[in-house]
Amino acid sequence: MVETGHFALVLAFALSLVQTIVPLFGARLNNQRLMAVGGPVAVTGFALTALSFAALASAYASSDFSLANVWENSHSLQPLIYKITGTWGNHEGSMLLWVLILTFFGALVAAFGSNLPATLRANVLAVQGAIGAAFFLFILATSNPFIRLNPAPIEGRDLNPILQDLGLAIHPPLLYLGYVGFSICFSFSVAALIEGRIDASWARWVRPWTLVAWMFLTGGIAMGSYWAYYELGWGGFWFWDPVENASFMPWLAGTALLHSAIVMEKRSALKIWTLLLAILTFSLSLLGTFLVRSGVLTSVHAFATDPTRGVFILCILTLFIGGSLALFALRASKLTAGGLFHPISREGALVLNNLFLTTAAATVLVGTLYPLAVEAFSADKISVGAPFFNLTFAPLMVPLLVMVPFGPLLAWKRGDVFGVAQRLMVAFAAALLATLVTALFIDGASVLAALGVGLAVWLILGALTDLAVKAGVGHAATPVMARRLVGLPRSVFGTAFAHLGLGLTVLGIVGTLCFGTEKILSMHAGETVEISGRTVRFVGLYPAQGPNYSEDRGRFELIGVSGSPVGEISSAKRFYPVRQMTTTESGIKTIGLSQLYISLGDEGKDGSVVVRLWWKPLVTLIWGGGLVMMAGAAMSLMDRRLRVGAPSRRRKQTEAVASASQP
Amino acid sequence: MTRKQKRLSVILGGLAFLAAATGLTFYALGQKASYFYMPADLATASVQPGQRIRLGGLVEKGTIQRGQGATVAFSVTDTHKSVKVTYTGILPDLFREEQGVITEGTFGPDGVFVADSVLAKHDERYMPKEVAEGLKAKGVWKESKK
Repeated sequence: MVETGHFALVLAFALSLVQTIVPLFGARLNNQRLMAVGGPVAVTGFALTALSFAALASAYASSDFSLANVWENSHSLQPLIYKITGTWGNHEGSMLLWVLILTFFGALVAAFGSNLPATLRANVLAVQGAIGAAFFLFILATSNPFIRLNPAPIEGRDLNPILQDLGLAIHPPLLYLGYVGFSICFSFSVAALIEGRIDASWARWVRPWTLVAWMFLTGGIAMGSYWAYYELGWGGFWFWDPVENASFMPWLAGTALLHSAIVMEKRSALKIWTLLLAILTFSLSLLGTFLVRSGVLTSVHAFATDPTRGVFILCILTLFIGGSLALFALRASKLTAGGLFHPISREGALVLNNLFLTTAAATVLVGTLYPLAVEAFSADKISVGAPFFNLTFAPLMVPLLVMVPFGPLLAWKRGDVFGVAQRLMVAFAAALLATLVTALFIDGASVLAALGVGLAVWLILGALTDLAVKAGVGHAATPVMARRLVGLPRSVFGTAFAHLGLGLTVLGIVGTLCFGTEKILSMHAGETVEISGRTVRFVGLYPAQGPNYSEDRGRFELIGVSGSPVGEISSAKRFYPVRQMTTTESGIKTIGLSQLYISLGDEGKDGSVVVRLWWKPLVTLIWGGGLVMMAGAAMSLMDRRLRVGAPSRRRKQTEAVASASQP
Repeated sequence: MTRKQKRLSVILGGLAFLAAATGLTFYALGQKASYFYMPADLATASVQPGQRIRLGGLVEKGTIQRGQGATVAFSVTDTHKSVKVTYTGILPDLFREEQGVITEGTFGPDGVFVADSVLAKHDERYMPKEVAEGLKAKGVWKESKK
């Protein structure tokens, strides 16, 4: 089975070369048969990669320690779920997951791209194949998971205990679906550059892929944030860790791409910019892969630090980013520029959105790479953390967030800011009221905190106003209104939900950062502590035994008003003997939208335990908002116009006419 | 305004925005980036009290003292010099004597380093990169046994 997987991987590499070369030449020579090779090869390549991945996963599931990779990252006593997720809880396996998803997207283009012009489809698959070939070679040359050990060890060295969590089952696959999903946008852009032709229908094909990738990336980041929050026991949800930034930069650029693609589709403007943005977004994904996989940065995510791998990925990075940007420089002038528009219009608002988002992505990029540059050119070592990002990223985001509700309400071509402002009066008044109420009635609220709450309310109500205005609230009778609301295009709901989710996330962040409280103290069994009006009693410390760890479980009770316990929270210190590692299992109690978070520290000589408690108001909204954003993207995807593989008959005809009229 | 003037003003506005963002970024890098030092580096570097730095090294043997509540005092050493550090909070799971740590914070007026965060290695095989390199540069690095 293992050798089959290894062999399938080599075959998939060979096929990716075929997928690169044959359709590319086919498109050049306009040879239908050569171009048609791309599709079946892409699907077969995906099937082989899936077989290879399944072989590795089954080796993990059956604890086959004759594989060096399994031996290093698994243990026979691990629960089955962590044995399986351990497949991608290491460098080699996660790279295999990376190419699996890459070939999966290639196969999707092959399967659903039958309505694409033949040359565009061939070129897209060729570029996708080239990316695949580079990464297959990387895996086979430097990170082969199928290397055998002889003699086979009896027992494995265990998966890093921090990774022995359900989060590992969800976070990396979602994140990679997002990261790698942008490869399709990249391939479409490079294909358009190769052809030297770009039209509005190009945006119509690219937009659903961007939406899919963005949806998964949003989920991946939100999931990763929640995982770090409960698993690391530090109570934070975002650390501005370079690896987090690595996923956040493509998200910012991808969000910009999502918006500029709308302008391109609707108004045939911003063509060249959209194309460049698609290239940049995937380049940032590649950069993220490099930062994480090369080990130039040390963090929780750096499983391995091997210089040959870093150099190899750097070569891939240079080849694809440099190559695509060079092609862009050569060909961009040949592409017809789009139409002009009035600055105050929906297009104008979307341009402003792009300006802010790309600048924000750039500041994150500078903050992430600056320490590397300083280290390379001088003896100094520096770190850039939250204070830097608070000073640069936050001032860029605030004006953008203030403008968000205006965008969807502005008309195309020439908008009327005052008209829109009038429609937003209710939302504005409510936001102002929320600000004042927070400032006056909540103890310890700073001016900034009150403004933050106001901003979040503004975003949430702004998104709802958009729906209300489009349904004609105040202008039509209720049944008419309801019918109009139901009849609105799904993409209108998508926009409103995405913006609503953003508002919820902002509210969660403001609530947690500005109104959260924290206590650190050492407690004896039976003692109580009060935090933000809630009383918590420490019951005691109880030892327990897990399948591959032992733990000291601290039990806590939440005391109700009557003095009797109303809830139980337990937090533990786990010890994993194989790796000699201790982890903290935080205890979390969700009360409404807020959470009480307890983390255990060291045991003192007198039997007391250091306990850290947080009250985190509205914290669940941070990730809940992410889910709402994902739902928005899903609704947009269901819009008739965008439904993948289900184009209207009329469009097909107009495209046929358009391609026939092309010289 | 003519069409040309309009376009020019939009472009100028965009450029001014970018210039402001660039300026802010460089200002923030100058102010908010924290430098990494080993204890022996502190003799030559002029670190002001209140300036945010990262201090890395090994936790010196026998120096961990647990005080009132959750406050811990210990010394960080690079085997040449050592610096007293205080920290209030829960130490990372892998905080131990003679292990690599990175602490971040500021020097108080009394010369004691007040850390607001302490990072230790994440598993047996991992040493914070800066600490490993610093120790190698000082010739006291021991290749750890796996």
